[in-house]
Amino acid sequence: MSFDDIKNLLTEKLGDTVITGEETGGLQPALLINPDDIAAVCLELRNNPKTYFDFLSSLSGVHYNDETNRYGVVYHLASIPYKTQLTLKISKAHPKESNELPEFKSVTPVYRTADWHEREAYDMLGIYFEGHPDLRRILLPDDWEGFPLRKDYQNAEFYKGIRID
Amino acid sequence: MVITNPKYEEALLRYNKKIAGASVEDMVLNVGPQHPSTHGVLRLELITDGEIVKEVIPHIGYLHRCFEKHAESLTYQQTIPFTDRMDYLASMNNSHAFVMGVERMMGIDKDIPKRVEYIRVLVCELNRIASHLIAIGTYGIDIGAFTPFLWCFRDREHIMGMLEWASGSRMLYNYIWVGGLFYDLPVGFEERCRDFVEYFKPKMVELNQLLTDNQVFISRTANVGVLPLDVAINYGCSGPMLRASGLKWDLRRIDNYSAYPEIDFEIPIGQGLMGKVGDCWDRYKVRVDEIEQSLRIVEQCLDRLQKELKRTPDFDPRAKMPRKTIPKAQDYYVRCEGAKGELGFYFITDGKSEIPTRVKSRGPSFNNLSVLPELSKGVLIADLIAIVGSIDFVLGEVDR
Repeated sequence: MSFDDIKNLLTEKLGDTVITGEETGGLQPALLINPDDIAAVCLELRNNPKTYFDFLSSLSGVHYNDETNRYGVVYHLASIPYKTQLTLKISKAHPKESNELPEFKSVTPVYRTADWHEREAYDMLGIYFEGHPDLRRILLPDDWEGFPLRKDYQNAEFYKGIRID
Repeated sequence: MVITNPKYEEALLRYNKKIAGASVEDMVLNVGPQHPSTHGVLRLELITDGEIVKEVIPHIGYLHRCFEKHAESLTYQQTIPFTDRMDYLASMNNSHAFVMGVERMMGIDKDIPKRVEYIRVLVCELNRIASHLIAIGTYGIDIGAFTPFLWCFRDREHIMGMLEWASGSRMLYNYIWVGGLFYDLPVGFEERCRDFVEYFKPKMVELNQLLTDNQVFISRTANVGVLPLDVAINYGCSGPMLRASGLKWDLRRIDNYSAYPEIDFEIPIGQGLMGKVGDCWDRYKVRVDEIEQSLRIVEQCLDRLQKELKRTPDFDPRAKMPRKTIPKAQDYYVRCEGAKGELGFYFITDGKSEIPTRVKSRGPSFNNLSVLPELSKGVLIADLIAIVGSIDFVLGEVDR
């Protein structure tokens, strides 16, 4: 299925509000999805016999660091039967001085591989995934403060009372 | 920023409670991070009931070296040595994937000279053989067979020597550069490589006699850790791990990148010869078969490199190197078949600087390892070691 067919299929099945836009400038076109619908979209794309995107290649958290301080998640899906690839993107503005983390829906029920990828995104960028079974830090120690891949991350001066030079 | 919402801590509290609660009736057993059979610094927390493993909780991150953070502050060429350190047993494959991604974003991937492409494939396949040799050798040692380990390391040493001759370094090569290579192959490399192939083929027969058909080895691995295909796909397993479950899925064929479309090779899959499809023995066997296929690829590359793509005095492997590596603003996800599976890099570029805004690396070992808790429910502790060995992960890539 071509990129436009997938777009039509999603609008037909899940309504007009699911797709909020598209990016076709680069080498790989990407669909911008409404953040609330991402789990439903992934489930549909995985189970529909016309698409069968059954392999989640990669899930990356991104801090865009623009005027609205957007946080996003990028999903790279691959279909093994059809040998096609698809990029889905969700993003959300998040106030800089907020004490809350940006929140997205987890796709772990659809792709189990998202489990560790989402933990990594939580660990590195502080993105909270609602519905994740075990959202702990994965690469850094549990008591680490801050989220290192955020663009506004400041290196800590002390780690457990030891000065970091 | 002070994070106050208690729901962010919930999972951690749940985990602590589970460990504290489990120790009343069951035993919590730590394997690693310094245990030799965890192949590096992986820590497995086992909740065991006698000899039966009830649950495995992997803890990773002991070898986290901030690859993604580094990549955000260095130019593309400067990042290549860091990619070498991800899967340090198959460094060439890592830099090949990274470099291919940058070249495609720059739009120069079609201009790369054929000789350069063939050299890249040649060194990548040599490195894949070296990586699989380690996988086989250390797997033997996990299970208690010491000799194959020594034999594999003896043969791997020849490959290390050749790649050192080409790049100047034994393991972390920094040989494949954006737009070309560090240097052309040294004079006489092709001949020495051909000698190695001739030397190595009978050694594989010996290795098969020693380990593959060994009844003790088969008893330890067949029907152990069976990974069904649907579970493998859902957990994002790739490479030999996925192929052992019976799916012909090799990105060298699917994406047909670099010089692979012109090369003839088979894709070995697990057939369940000794037990069920997708057991530890199948995963081992797929690697053995892949070594043979890689040898075929190496031979074909050598044929081309010695005939129509011969070295000429004026050949410059750096001729197509861009003076400034500034891709236009876009997102790009490149994937290629590393030694362990699908190796991906996701770039976000702003089109203004030589430094990417975001680089995410998708390590195959990371995904292959994530299936371990599912794979080892209710197995014996000794079988867990067999399963961990058969996954063949490299902690440098799991933690990045």
